[in-house]
Amino acid sequence: MSTSSDGPRVMPDAESAREVVETESIVVKRRGPFVGLREKWDDLPRQGQWAWMLIVVAIAYCLPYLNFFPLTTEPGNDWPLACFAMAVYALVAVGLNVVVGYAGLLDLGYVAFFAVGSYTAALLTSPDSPLFKIPYLWTLPVGMAVTMVFGVILGVPTLRLRGDYLAIVTLGFGEIVRILATIIPAMKGQVGFQNVGHPPGVAENGIPIFANSNGTPWYWLTLTIIIIVMLLVGNLERSRVGRAWIAIREDEDAAETMGVPTFKYKVWAFAIGASVGGLSGALFAGQVGFVNNQKFDVQTSILFLAAVVLGGTGNKVGSILGGAIVAYIPLRFTAIADYKYLIFGVALVVLMIYRSQGLIPAKIRLLAYGRRARQLQAAKEEAPPVRPGGATEGASS
Amino acid sequence: MLDLLLITSHPVLDNSWINFDFDSLLQNFWSATFDGLTFGAIYGLIAVGYTLVYGVLNLINFAHSEVFIVGAYGVVMTLTALGFGPSAPTIGIWAIIGDLLLAMIVGMICSALMAVILERVAYRPLRRRNAPRLAFLITAIGASFAVQYLIFVIRGANAEPAVTMFVNKPVFNVFGTIIFSQQIVIVIAAIILMVATDLFIRRGRTGRGIRAVAQDPDTATLMGVNKERIILITFILGGLLAGAAALFYVMLVPSGVIYNGGFILGIKAFAAAVLGGIGNVRGALLGGLLLGVIGNYGQILLGDSQWADVVAFVVLVLVLLIRPTGILGTTLGRSRA
Repeated sequence: MSTSSDGPRVMPDAESAREVVETESIVVKRRGPFVGLREKWDDLPRQGQWAWMLIVVAIAYCLPYLNFFPLTTEPGNDWPLACFAMAVYALVAVGLNVVVGYAGLLDLGYVAFFAVGSYTAALLTSPDSPLFKIPYLWTLPVGMAVTMVFGVILGVPTLRLRGDYLAIVTLGFGEIVRILATIIPAMKGQVGFQNVGHPPGVAENGIPIFANSNGTPWYWLTLTIIIIVMLLVGNLERSRVGRAWIAIREDEDAAETMGVPTFKYKVWAFAIGASVGGLSGALFAGQVGFVNNQKFDVQTSILFLAAVVLGGTGNKVGSILGGAIVAYIPLRFTAIADYKYLIFGVALVVLMIYRSQGLIPAKIRLLAYGRRARQLQAAKEEAPPVRPGGATEGASS
Repeated sequence: MLDLLLITSHPVLDNSWINFDFDSLLQNFWSATFDGLTFGAIYGLIAVGYTLVYGVLNLINFAHSEVFIVGAYGVVMTLTALGFGPSAPTIGIWAIIGDLLLAMIVGMICSALMAVILERVAYRPLRRRNAPRLAFLITAIGASFAVQYLIFVIRGANAEPAVTMFVNKPVFNVFGTIIFSQQIVIVIAAIILMVATDLFIRRGRTGRGIRAVAQDPDTATLMGVNKERIILITFILGGLLAGAAALFYVMLVPSGVIYNGGFILGIKAFAAAVLGGIGNVRGALLGGLLLGVIGNYGQILLGDSQWADVVAFVVLVLVLLIRPTGILGTTLGRSRA
């Protein structure tokens, strides 16, 4: 532990990776509130995992109807709308996790992408906007594309630099977007855009299914999108791109030396993360039905970051949990809602000091061949306690 | 992409985007310059805190903006306790100077204390644990928010009542622009403080320690430098200058002492540090003055005070693109005695 290099250091899970390597052949040490659960999960056959996943997804779809005491929000906060808020935060956290968790790039202005997505949806559907109109659902892909372009525009100049400059530039970018929304007349500042569109469909009583006050369909729409995004991100994570991201996160210089085009993959991470942020922004704009300059402040960016760090940097399931918690707590306990920034600010500091891997730590095994690597490792553990020479393989990818 | 093009070329939007008001800039050129220099001096003082910590720890101390605003609270509370109010005081000039010095010292102590607490509570445990780089940045931003909203909880959402320190008299005329006593006080005091800091780092024994740790912490430790002590001194030094900047800030923007008032100022000060060359004390002053002036020009050219922030960020990005090491470019470690 005496090394104190000041070059690009490794991400949280490398610390635990080292510990695992150190203790590997003696006892596989895992930490976290879900200690046994992770083991059991990994031991399940693939069919079993799918079955459990289906059950979890089914429960998730029922969430708006699970409106009873310990779970539900306090009076004044509509429960289905709270579910929607949790889903949006979860989606944002999944997107930000690609940038911060996988590629290790600290983005402190993520709300800017959220804002760009919201404004795209508003500009293309609201009657207050002078632009041509398109159906609301089309604004989701269009919003993603526009945000991705913004991500590339911001990423290309800054991603060539060292990581910490990116943090300050993204922070600045977040402020610029908010200020521009205020002072550019065409963005309508605080007046904003009303009657942002929503998906088609009218219920029997003549009220649109996707009305602003009706959280349940919005929640289902968002949940479906989360599942799709999770599948895509999971595939990316296990692909060449995902391995490149993790290599960059662990040691950028080493990755570059090994032939990983780091700049290209960093821009990819940034653009993909941005587009998910834009997608969630467009969803948010649709549900609220109103977009102005008031919701896109730095504080929200930090809440997003807190969601990712709380859930477990680099773990997409953790991000969902973290995002849901960050949205849920102020709505569940209204007494502490005013202190939420204080609470999550302190949480960031405490987490970094005592539990930098978050609630659900990122997986440290070889992702692409996870199952086989585990079997090999298990076989080694059964053998006499000779430290295996290639033990680090599982952690170094 | 197509969408972007359509938005920017749409006839309805054409006239309502950005207007350049060159006449106004020409008319107000000199007053903008002097106002910018005054603000820039404050940026410069705050920027030194960023630059020193970055030089020694390679860390963007996001919470430095809170170190500054805590100092500003200290200054305002001291002045209020001494009987200063919204209207200028009627006591003699020497009494005013004494009171201001007292307020400045209280502000400096508040800021330095805040910086020490931050170092001990947030950063030191991470160093002990040999935490990754990203953990430091996340802690810094978390600490910044925790302190900001702690102030929010204690002092509420409103700014502190304004205090006026002295009658802001016009002193003389340059290029048809009136220079006020306030501006002279701020710029001269800031330059004196910066020169003192520069001398402290270049001449003194402790300054040599700071430079050594900035250059190579391990070797410095082997050579008998107490690294932890040097890091603490660096934070204190940054805090002291931020406290002094807080007094000038209260002087210039009496109603600007609010829980989140330091945040944007902090980002701009960091931009100033990068502009001048991060890790370089002289660069911090130069960068601060330049950024203040550029921001002011941008604000007058584009017609809204909020443009100053946008211009500052754009300048930051451009500098990073063209000359990532800043104008003066040297680091703290490489500067010679």
